[in-house]
Amino acid sequence: MAATSTDNPAAAATYLQIRDVVKDFSGYKAVNHVSLDIAKGEIFALLGSSGCGKTTLLRMLAGFETPTAGSIVLNGQDLAGMPPYERPINMMFQSYALFPHLTVWDNIAFGLRRDGMPKDQVAERVEAMLKLVQLGKFAKRKPHQLSGGQQQRVALARSLAKRPQLMLLDEPLGALDKKLREETQIELVNIIEEVGVTCVMVTHDQEEAMTMASRIAVMSEGRILQVGAPSDIYETPATRFVADFIGNVNMMDGTLSCDFPDHVIVECTDCSHYVGHGITGTEGMTVSVAVRPEKIALQREMPANEQAPHNRVQGTIKDLAYFGSFTVYHLALASGAMLKVSQSNVARHRDDQLTWGDTAWASWSPTAQVVLTQ
Amino acid sequence: MKRLFDWVKRGRTAVIGVPYLWLVVFFLVPFLVVLKYSVSEMGTVSVNDILTFKDGALQLTLRGNTYFSLTQDDLYWKTYWSSIKYAAITTVFCLAIGYPFSYFMARAKATIQPALLMLVMLPFWTSFLLRVYAWKGLLDENGWVWQVLTTLHLDQSLAYFDVISAPGKLMNTPFSLVIGMVYTYLPFMILPLYSNLAKMDLRLLEAASDLGATPWKAFWLITVPLSKAGIIAGSMLVFIPCVGEFVIPELLGGPQTLMIGRVLWDEFFSNNDWPMASTVAVVMILLIIVPLAVFNRYQAEAQEKAA
Repeated sequence: MAATSTDNPAAAATYLQIRDVVKDFSGYKAVNHVSLDIAKGEIFALLGSSGCGKTTLLRMLAGFETPTAGSIVLNGQDLAGMPPYERPINMMFQSYALFPHLTVWDNIAFGLRRDGMPKDQVAERVEAMLKLVQLGKFAKRKPHQLSGGQQQRVALARSLAKRPQLMLLDEPLGALDKKLREETQIELVNIIEEVGVTCVMVTHDQEEAMTMASRIAVMSEGRILQVGAPSDIYETPATRFVADFIGNVNMMDGTLSCDFPDHVIVECTDCSHYVGHGITGTEGMTVSVAVRPEKIALQREMPANEQAPHNRVQGTIKDLAYFGSFTVYHLALASGAMLKVSQSNVARHRDDQLTWGDTAWASWSPTAQVVLTQ
Repeated sequence: MKRLFDWVKRGRTAVIGVPYLWLVVFFLVPFLVVLKYSVSEMGTVSVNDILTFKDGALQLTLRGNTYFSLTQDDLYWKTYWSSIKYAAITTVFCLAIGYPFSYFMARAKATIQPALLMLVMLPFWTSFLLRVYAWKGLLDENGWVWQVLTTLHLDQSLAYFDVISAPGKLMNTPFSLVIGMVYTYLPFMILPLYSNLAKMDLRLLEAASDLGATPWKAFWLITVPLSKAGIIAGSMLVFIPCVGEFVIPELLGGPQTLMIGRVLWDEFFSNNDWPMASTVAVVMILLIIVPLAVFNRYQAEAQEKAA
């Protein structure tokens, strides 16, 4: 469980440094000894379910909460004791918190005017922001006269207008419906990258975190469980919690029976795993093997794989969920455990289409599994 | 199905009709009666009917002489002006005291808010007449408010600004009148303001702070504009009844503070001139309603323009 700078290849250029931060709400540690290093220009996501402490951490960065212990340093400047209105940080609030009595134009100009920026410069900057988020013709509208997507863009423009050193995004797309969310994710990342601002975002939506962020920290119960690029978190989860939280996974408990430097064998209830990499462990210890559903192949005949009799199991299809581009089969194994297998629907029709009640063999390669000891 | 629909529709009409019926019975009809009195001729005990049946023909007698005499005697205009002036002063003081009061009430811990609200309404449990009368004891010579003010020599400054007639004399002055009116009407300012401020989205203040506004700036730029509806509602609830106030000027006011309620009373009971009294009342209503209607229309237009 590494939650420190060692995960970050660009650790040398730490821009935002969070050191051992604790937030104690009368005995309850909402954030528990969190340390993070974030590089300049990164889009960093704090991912976790509600109540995991991600929002509290974000609010400490913004200055709305004071850390009980630890330090936050941005660009060499310690933020301790600095009120929100003095921090070079702007936040895009969940459901936006746009000022309802001000027009779009005045909303965006609000922060600039507080800095005492000359009028013509304010106008110039606001116009540039409106252009950036393509809301030029809505400048005179009030927030309630805009759609959800437009409000989101006003909020973005407002938080970018002051050119903050750090931008915080609290569930940036949480208030949009699914279709719009997918379109906006890419658009938002493009705008952020165009401006080049460093971002910390908070989300409970793993898809959102994976599409938008360059790195993700998975949080649970106030602690950081793993930090890494989206593909690292997905393909090499460090713990059972992370493997289970991110995406779909088949988790099988077993014992380590053979431990070689280049491969290990894990005996589980329904099958045995030949894992093509070594792990740090001792023979006989209890481990979990995680296999993603899309890394499993499904066929009627017994597969003749190289690792036979490992890495294959027979079962009965109890359920199948058709998603259009792929189908998820729920295979009932001998012990009664369920194995999820997802298959791409490459062809439109197949004569030997597997269906309910069929017996089928599932198999996977020795690079498909992850062995988890925690 | 259709029958159900009709039934629902009728039910809705009935529900909407109730407040309208209320307004017609308790506002419009009495107003029309007063309006009728104002153009009638005074008989011996009551006004004469404006419709009479004489010589086999129905006769309508309307007299406008009371309206004419209203314009002739500047006593009326001076009194109207003084009523509006004291009502406005009272409203300003109520707002100045009531706004911070409501603000801290709305921001207090949720658990103690009902208790604070109860405290605001508690005075209503004692008769309003008694409470106003009690101020006499406080402001009269040797009452403790009198003692505090004279010991601090504040009565000197009050006399300088002409709000009391002479140092050491607080009662029956504009000062005592305004104290009584502010004291009585303060809850009517606090309650609408509180309900407005309590439902404000506090994240807007966080957003303002995040964008660089100090708490003081955020208050003036966000909280105050967003509580405009509460300020207007509270001000109307204080201003309108204050203009026609009779009891407080009677008990606490003096020769400097003649208000229109007193004039009305005199016309009715001393001069026994119902048409004149009614005229004074009708003009007072017009003086209040016309600016309000213009203001409302302006507000509605501003809203439409924004939409």
